[in-house]
Amino acid sequence: MRQMLNGDEAAAIAAKLARVNVVSAYPITPQTIVVERLSEFVANGELGAEFMKVESEHSALSACIGASAVGARAFTATSSQGLMLMSEMLFVASGLRLPIVMVNANRSLSAPLSIWCDWGDSMAVRDCGWVQLQCENNQEVLDSTLQAFLVAESLLLPVMVCFDGYILSHTAEPVDVPGQAEVDRFLPPYRPKYKLDPEKPATMGAMGVPEYYEEFKFMQQAAMQAAKEELVKADNEFAKHFGRKYGLIEKYHSDDADVLLLTMGSLSSSVKEIIDRYRRRGEKVGLVKVRAFRPLPVDELIEALGHAKAVAILEKDVSFGSAGALFLDTAASFINVDKAPLMIDFICGMGGRDVDSLHIKEALRAAAKAAKAGEVKKIVRWLGLREKLVGLEE
Amino acid sequence: MMEKPFEETLVAPGHRACAGCGCILAMRLALQALGKNVIVSMATGCMEVVTTPYPETAWRVPWIHAAFENAAAVASGVEAGLKSLGKSGVKSVAIAGDGGTADIGLQALSGAIERGHDFLYICYDNEAYMNTGVQRSGATPFGAWTTTTPIGKVKRGEDRPKKDLPAIIAAHGAPYVATASVAYPVDYMNKLKKAAAIHGPTYVQVHAPCTPGWRIDNNKTIEVARLAVLTGAWVLYEVENGKLNVTLKPPKRRPVADYLKMQGRFRHLTDAEIVEIQRMVDEQCKRFGIE
Repeated sequence: MRQMLNGDEAAAIAAKLARVNVVSAYPITPQTIVVERLSEFVANGELGAEFMKVESEHSALSACIGASAVGARAFTATSSQGLMLMSEMLFVASGLRLPIVMVNANRSLSAPLSIWCDWGDSMAVRDCGWVQLQCENNQEVLDSTLQAFLVAESLLLPVMVCFDGYILSHTAEPVDVPGQAEVDRFLPPYRPKYKLDPEKPATMGAMGVPEYYEEFKFMQQAAMQAAKEELVKADNEFAKHFGRKYGLIEKYHSDDADVLLLTMGSLSSSVKEIIDRYRRRGEKVGLVKVRAFRPLPVDELIEALGHAKAVAILEKDVSFGSAGALFLDTAASFINVDKAPLMIDFICGMGGRDVDSLHIKEALRAAAKAAKAGEVKKIVRWLGLREKLVGLEE
Repeated sequence: MMEKPFEETLVAPGHRACAGCGCILAMRLALQALGKNVIVSMATGCMEVVTTPYPETAWRVPWIHAAFENAAAVASGVEAGLKSLGKSGVKSVAIAGDGGTADIGLQALSGAIERGHDFLYICYDNEAYMNTGVQRSGATPFGAWTTTTPIGKVKRGEDRPKKDLPAIIAAHGAPYVATASVAYPVDYMNKLKKAAAIHGPTYVQVHAPCTPGWRIDNNKTIEVARLAVLTGAWVLYEVENGKLNVTLKPPKRRPVADYLKMQGRFRHLTDAEIVEIQRMVDEQCKRFGIE
């Protein structure tokens, strides 16, 4: 059934369709609609879950950890400062190998306070051992959230489904909402391999002494690497049931292009629009969209970008003192590869700054220039920056 | 006094606790009272560290450690998870030390109690951060030496009274709040049984000496804990649905100096300082109707 849904509503409906047992969440803009809708589903009896109205995001995830440990399917949602407050427990959830699913409506981090979108929040916790998916539109939010449970529970890894705050969280789009029966066929109930049960006592979260800690971390990394295959499997299975498929990355007119843009999330839609215009003029430019940021699809990136002369990366985040995280990871993917494209990192859209067609064209022009010249003069650049305000003269 | 105390210990021997540890005794007695149909969510601290160096565990009941400040939040998730799966007959039990309860864990505890989860919270109170090497917590008593309240020329030990945690929990309207001591195991275990039988959030704070932290001999744990009660420095009581019941009124209260002088952490106290502590103890006893 097609419905007009914003991203938050799509996430909430996905959690309901997944028949989550426990929802534990705390309100934060722009994620709040997720918890509002879920509390309505519970209040109306549409969802038979325990809804925990906890006193902080730290407790939201802590309670999910407790619930997941006893074998419940647990779900939470957050944004920005909430994700930061959770950050300690993000590492604990993944270290305990609990298959919790969370949606994060991407929002910039304080200070200065900003409720608008960038990827600073989820990028700041990219090393926390959660699978991270970045969605382009609200259909993808719903579909990825459903896939997330399948992947999480098969590998005992938590999954974070990210989507751009406001741009998706508060914008209604037509979304195909699958029927419950079909979702039930796609996603069976959670059957935990390990759980806390007095019938069979187990200790979870024992102290990792130096003789064992490294092995725990190795196994976590191995599970994350295996998640690539599991994501593809879940995506294929999803396609069989619902006819939609996303991949780890998406290639858009990229195979024959010398000049490529690389980005994630809702910005991909804007870029596709521009690519279409260039293509109509016969210019061979293309886009590669990263959907799975963790685990990083290294082989897929090499395959999709390797033939290009230059790649401009558009990203809404910066690792202070270094560069954008998407750029860093993409560049690192090409280590020891014979032929790598030139790369330029464009930091843009920070704190909700609009990234418009002029910015995207500017990035494309810069990449084309680099391709022609065979060199990149300035690697990290800021798009749409009000240069006079920061003391940079024209 | 106790029936077959060592027949079945759900906290197994072989753990790494210090000789004479009052807290591990509090753990063993707790599970002896509660039985095996529990799921324990434990905060970071001495008891977590000494019982679970992987691949060993002392816990013969299901047990989870997530972090320091969130034992109550994890326990509330355990309870909600069990409820959502339709499982009954299993009690969710949170256990934390005084630092994990009075300081860093207070928000999570307050939230879990206010939400009305059916769980029991046990605070083992050894009156400082012992796991990190004896630093003061909100539950450290007035005058005590710790490594962060050293005895110097200007400052002489802890300069604030002990935080009144049970009163804070009782103010939430929790149906059952009690204090206990490892020196009174029957009283402690009865309170735990009572708390566990109540549907809703319940709280038991057990006073448990730490031999290295309190600077006492390994064979003095019970004696010191008992003197805390007999001097009125630690009062045994319960608050059931708002009604206070002092469960032990020492018939002839001993001077607090008897308790203080057994412990190295109070060795520096002058006579004048002991008089001040006696005054504080007298005031506390008056509030509880103890002469």
